[in-house]
Amino acid sequence: MKAIDTVILLLIAAITYGTPLLYGTVGEILTEKSGNLNLGVEGIMFMGGAFGLGGVYYYEKLSGSPSGLIAILIALLCAFLAGALASLIFSFLTTTLRANQNVTGLALAIFGTGVGQFAGEMMRVRAGGYVTISNALKDLFSASPFPKFLQDIPYVGKLLFGSSHFFYLGILVAVVMHLFLKKTRKGLYLRAVGENPGTADSAGINVTRYKYLATVIGGGISAIGGVVYILTTAGCTWNNEGLSGVGWLAVALVIFCMWRPLAAIWGSVLFGALMILYMRLQISFIPTELYKILPYVVTVIVLILSSLRNNKEKQPPEGLGLAYFREDR
Amino acid sequence: MEKNCYAIELRGITKRFGPVVANDSIDLGLRRGEILALLGENGSGKTTLMNMLAGIYLPDEGQILSEGHPIAIRSPKDSFAHGIGMIHQHYKLVDVFSAAENIVLGMEDEKKLDIKKANAKVREICQRYGFEIDPEKKVYDMSVSEKQTVEIVKVLYRGAEILILDEPTAVLTPQETDRLFTVLRNMRDDNKAIVIITHKLNEVMAISDKVAVLRKGKYIGTVETAQTNPQALTDMMVGRAVTLNIDRPFNENQAERLKVSGLSCYDHEHVKKLDKVSFTAMGGEILGVAGIAGSGQKELLESIAGLCPIAEGSIRYLPPEGGEDELVGKTPTQIRKKGVSLAFIPEDRLGMGLVGSMGMTGNMMLRSWRRGGGPFVKRKDPRALAAKVLNDLEVVTPGIEYPVRKLSGGNVQKVLVGREIATSPSVLMTAYAVRGLDINTSYTIYNLMTEQKMRGTAVIFVGEDLDVLLELCDRILVLCGGKVSGVVDARTATKEEIGLLMTSVGGKEEA
Repeated sequence: MKAIDTVILLLIAAITYGTPLLYGTVGEILTEKSGNLNLGVEGIMFMGGAFGLGGVYYYEKLSGSPSGLIAILIALLCAFLAGALASLIFSFLTTTLRANQNVTGLALAIFGTGVGQFAGEMMRVRAGGYVTISNALKDLFSASPFPKFLQDIPYVGKLLFGSSHFFYLGILVAVVMHLFLKKTRKGLYLRAVGENPGTADSAGINVTRYKYLATVIGGGISAIGGVVYILTTAGCTWNNEGLSGVGWLAVALVIFCMWRPLAAIWGSVLFGALMILYMRLQISFIPTELYKILPYVVTVIVLILSSLRNNKEKQPPEGLGLAYFREDR
Repeated sequence: MEKNCYAIELRGITKRFGPVVANDSIDLGLRRGEILALLGENGSGKTTLMNMLAGIYLPDEGQILSEGHPIAIRSPKDSFAHGIGMIHQHYKLVDVFSAAENIVLGMEDEKKLDIKKANAKVREICQRYGFEIDPEKKVYDMSVSEKQTVEIVKVLYRGAEILILDEPTAVLTPQETDRLFTVLRNMRDDNKAIVIITHKLNEVMAISDKVAVLRKGKYIGTVETAQTNPQALTDMMVGRAVTLNIDRPFNENQAERLKVSGLSCYDHEHVKKLDKVSFTAMGGEILGVAGIAGSGQKELLESIAGLCPIAEGSIRYLPPEGGEDELVGKTPTQIRKKGVSLAFIPEDRLGMGLVGSMGMTGNMMLRSWRRGGGPFVKRKDPRALAAKVLNDLEVVTPGIEYPVRKLSGGNVQKVLVGREIATSPSVLMTAYAVRGLDINTSYTIYNLMTEQKMRGTAVIFVGEDLDVLLELCDRILVLCGGKVSGVVDARTATKEEIGLLMTSVGGKEEA
């Protein structure tokens, strides 16, 4: 009895911590499917978190009687725009100017982290102490969209129907992403661009447009992960430390999932569990620092296993990280 | 359509890459129901010219006309719109997609992606022209010839009326080439205009109705295939009379130099690349190695040179001065010291063997730096060697310190081969030594090989062009899927015989 309760509690917490990762990962999958390796997810999520929180905070301050739906939409939109803007810079540098993607991504990670911290701190100082929003909205952000009787089903109710709006929206985004990549013409073309831009180009596909759109939209989705983190696990306040590392985990999770959006759903829950294991399952003689490297250890193991398995399908897009120039000789 | 009207006409097309003029004011016309061979040496601008029809490059000057009307081709999309389809030398296919997925790429006929419908249409096209291909097969599972078929079906699917094939036979066996030519004739009879880019004269004579010749970016002229002969075409192509025969003297003093027995090896993906390979290489002969690309040629040379881990088997080296040595288990340096030299010319010439940003001296030093004692390099000897190679092989370079990356392909190859020969090896291995070279340089290289042979060196020559192998070598070893499929006497064997050996061990059709 006791054991099963512990497991369920752990899983519920894992979902909460995994939800930001889900957005970060699905967004980055879209980006990488276009052949752009955007390592700036960390910075993008910082910007998404700061600007999303700012959006809700100022909306509540201005309107007086805020509507829950509009607050959520504003949070998502502000975060998406911040991430899209950051990714636009990345696209311009790597696709148009053909700068090295790794260097640009790392620069973006540092830049975005700085911008996010700057904006968050500025809000905090202006508000005189700390930024926060009303309890009514806070509760709404963490509430489940499902009716109470579903959540009251013993054991599974809370697990299946008790998580926040953002988690179910994230699943929806992942499923839509899967269908887009696998079933639609545009998805097929996008994969072709990421695999072999020369082939896509000679087939009359606009490589630049696909790369830009996928990277900008992917960055926007990743950024939503940042605001979800702030509005749920971080308790709707800005702090500089809370978000750090989440973006890097998302990059690792993309590899862990082998670039499959559906795998990102359970992958993010697993990584969420690994993130919080040190709080829930303490073993006295193991320092918490060792727990915290677990997600990365798992990623390394998966990388080793997948390279041993030698499956041609579960590989990174062939053109990942490479700049494309049509008249290259 | 009027018979007199060109399907596509080029007028005064010029294309420059920086200071290099790749195409200089070229006029050319393609007609329906006709196969035009575009002939020229490597670097004569054939592919560049056709890439402008395919929308890959933009012409700097000149005009393109379709059915007599001027058109502009700014992108591959425009090219399709005018019914032009190009099959590139390096196939443009996505490996993880199925044949049909590759074929529908970039099509905008319907919004919805209906792979089943695409599969059906692909099957229909295959039936009409006599292709054999499974639309659902993934590209990474395909042979080279199947990939080429996918490329051709791709352009037909788009309703192309003008087909351009860039060196389509370079990677095919003679049998596959025949099959391709049958399909091309079917398409010609279907009133399509076909251009085939090539530098192989026998193919030009076999398939084309007309031949247009380019030389160093300039248009030389067009002739009816029926009214010309290979010698006349070569003279047009090179610009002066050339003899096409390779001198093949016989070296009486042959001695066993390298005995390979039961050699097997695996690549890093645990795929067996060599399967119990046994043969003997004689000093004083050129042993040709033929086979479809990827049949184990690379692994064979690398395992002899000590670069590739060997699973089983032995390689016995019998030096000219007597004695016997086992090479398996020795390091590449030890093997090289014994006089077994590998001049490997990979697909990208600079990938293996040369450092692109160093000059000739620096590259010569890559072989000799161990000889110097002390922490400082001695540049004097390598510089002298570089100067010798430069003179002997007529390398065209602004100076021996000029980065080899910036030299033309032929000159890069001369540097590489020259360096290996300079060590006066007793076994010289080369792979694709003439890939991408013009006729003159190719013959220089052939002569160098023959010269080495007459000196008593055992030359192992991995080649692609069966005609050359038959003319240059003494014996030819044929590899098929990592196995020795047969060893034939190059003086008596025929191309068909070798082609059959390339596709099936022992020359028998597989059950």
